[in-house]
Amino acid sequence: MAIEVKEFLPITQRHEELGLSDETVLQMYYHLLLSRRLDERCWVLQRQGRVPFHISGIAHEGIGVGAAYALRKGFDIVHPYYRDLALAIALGMKPVEFMLALYGKKGDPHSAARQMPSHFSLRYLNIISGSSPVATQVPQAAGIALAEVLKQKLRPQLEAAGFRVSREMRVVLTSMGEGSTSEGDFHEALNWAGIYKLPFVVLVHNNQYAISVPVWKQMAVKRVADRAAAYGIHGAVCDGGNVLEVYQVVKEAVGRARAGEGTTLIEAVTYRWTPHSSDDDDRTYRTREEVEQGKLRDPLPRLRDYLYRRSLLTQRLEDELEERVRAEVDEAQRLAEEAPYPAPEEALAPVFATEDRSGWWGE
Amino acid sequence: MPEKTLIEAIREAIDEEMARDPRVFVVGEDVGPRGGVFRATTGLWQKYGEWRVIDSPLAELSIVAIGIGAALNGFRPICEIQFADFIHPAFNQIVNEAARFFYRSGGVYNVPMVIRSPYGGGISGGLYHSQSVEAFFAHVPGLKVVIPSNPYDAKGLLKAAIRDPNPVLFFEPKKGYRLIKGEVPDGDYIVPIGPAKVTREGSDLTVFAYGMMHYYALQAAEMVAKEGIDVEVVDLRTLAPVDKETILNSVKKTGKALIVYEDNLTLGYGAEVAAILAEEGFEYLDGPVMRLGGPDVPGVPFSPPMQDFFMPNPQKIAEAIRRLARY
Ligand SMILES: Cc1ncc(C[n+]2csc(CCOP(=O)(O)OP(=O)(O)O)c2C)c(N)n1
Ligand SMILES: [Mg+2]
Repeated sequence: MAIEVKEFLPITQRHEELGLSDETVLQMYYHLLLSRRLDERCWVLQRQGRVPFHISGIAHEGIGVGAAYALRKGFDIVHPYYRDLALAIALGMKPVEFMLALYGKKGDPHSAARQMPSHFSLRYLNIISGSSPVATQVPQAAGIALAEVLKQKLRPQLEAAGFRVSREMRVVLTSMGEGSTSEGDFHEALNWAGIYKLPFVVLVHNNQYAISVPVWKQMAVKRVADRAAAYGIHGAVCDGGNVLEVYQVVKEAVGRARAGEGTTLIEAVTYRWTPHSSDDDDRTYRTREEVEQGKLRDPLPRLRDYLYRRSLLTQRLEDELEERVRAEVDEAQRLAEEAPYPAPEEALAPVFATEDRSGWWGE
Repeated sequence: MPEKTLIEAIREAIDEEMARDPRVFVVGEDVGPRGGVFRATTGLWQKYGEWRVIDSPLAELSIVAIGIGAALNGFRPICEIQFADFIHPAFNQIVNEAARFFYRSGGVYNVPMVIRSPYGGGISGGLYHSQSVEAFFAHVPGLKVVIPSNPYDAKGLLKAAIRDPNPVLFFEPKKGYRLIKGEVPDGDYIVPIGPAKVTREGSDLTVFAYGMMHYYALQAAEMVAKEGIDVEVVDLRTLAPVDKETILNSVKKTGKALIVYEDNLTLGYGAEVAAILAEEGFEYLDGPVMRLGGPDVPGVPFSPPMQDFFMPNPQKIAEAIRRLARY
């Protein structure tokens, strides 16, 4: 069951029919490429012993980029997980912001160099800080979404007290792996989502494995999305290697959420062909043949193929983009290497807040 | 000043804060039309409506997680966990999440929320309606842990907790809900989170306590006063962050310390107070630092004689005071 794809699957959607301009779909390609090359560089740096750890978003970029473009950037709120490098990049994270975290250097905007890398957190992009215990973000994201409902319900009181409530609800998108859906947090979150018709998108990256445990030891149902029925929410499946399909499905879910029609559980199917993290050896639990076959899902060549077929990409433009991306990654690496470490005593603070800065108010 | 019970003071604090700030809302099991199983939210659903007094599904981890999310998005949730015994499913969300958000985001995301929960034994609650859970949480940097012992403090501290930009655990001694009465001003006032309070001045020894045990400690102090033992009583009130100064100053004066708590003795909150005194108050001490707590068994038994055997009470505290005074 792990591999359902036997051959290269061309993208069949047409971007203009999804409301995407030529420019936008090329921009999606650029974000996909930037995430991939940045990620590959992180692996190299880890293998060279220059950074302690990397957990990769390779094979997940189609999901992240597709989802990011379906959101209203800077308005909607995301509570992602560690495979969401491409989501963060497509929302506007700069490569250096990732590299500083990778090196644990001063200036890491995600966690001030406290957390392991890939724990994305950028207030200015509405990316909420996540932790390592899986699925904890899901009920929290439901709470963020519930607050959006409360704002609309309590608008008169809130505005009378000086809190500006946006005309429309912000949609909250959270993501996790298929293994993480076994946690109770996932269940409780979806239960709330159904009861309160939350403006919420729950995006499950089904990469077939939770470290070494395959999906069929994780659940008896065939599709993660089947579970939606049990919570009275919408369910949808998409091909995570097809960025346009992800975009389409997430866009529909976001539209429903904003319109007050509730939550969608989306399963985006992919295959992780890298080890779980730089500490994992995936040869202990799967064959190389399977891994090679999994690469057929790779979102990058599939979008590239599409763009060539649609005459939006030429060899020359592709080379230019590769060159531009390489320069950006080089520069990010250089800046991170040159950045100082935090002073050791910076470990002591801040434990408690002295002022409140919570909340998204206004437009 | 009007006299009110502990539970009335708590309800009044919630009501006044909800009136004062439309971001404040209550979420928990049976908090709505029923007004909570202990009636801490009586009348609030009727007054503020279903969007500010939310009857949650029966699911503790998400009562807390929903609160975290709502707090991140600008609200001031008061999450009620019906009994402290049922807070354990939410342990991960409290300890890994609420407590660590601010630190792990480098000071970017603060979580202004309150988790209220009745705790403690002596009410025929058996193993699962009697627990004291404060030590688990007082251990965790990033959490504030508050336990009031009287209605005045309960109202003022709960208001402070609701306005605090950090997660605050507010544990209420449920045996005292209707038993403990005291003068509570109408209207707004704050008791700051942090300072402990000397509630009875004395010179022979200090009893440190909180919650129901503080109520009993005052009674015990009166009992032994007739025997000529002059006891100082300190209400710790805020367990985290701990008020070392008040603890040390009191023992500097009295030279002896007894810590009383109804949690299991070993590694309970008293261990920390004892450690503070051993480390920083060694030269003040004229006797061993003593603890009186519940026995190290997995719960408070239901059967009345066994329950009484488990629970510290004024007589047991008085006996411990006599032993320490003789030293
Ligand atoms: C609560 C918890 N248990 C165990 C782990 C260790 N762990 C980290 S990732 C992982 C597998 C997650 O698999 P999945 O949810 O499918 O996400 P993927 O890594 O495949 O994207 C495990 C077991 C953890 N981080 N948190
Ligand atoms: Mg997985």
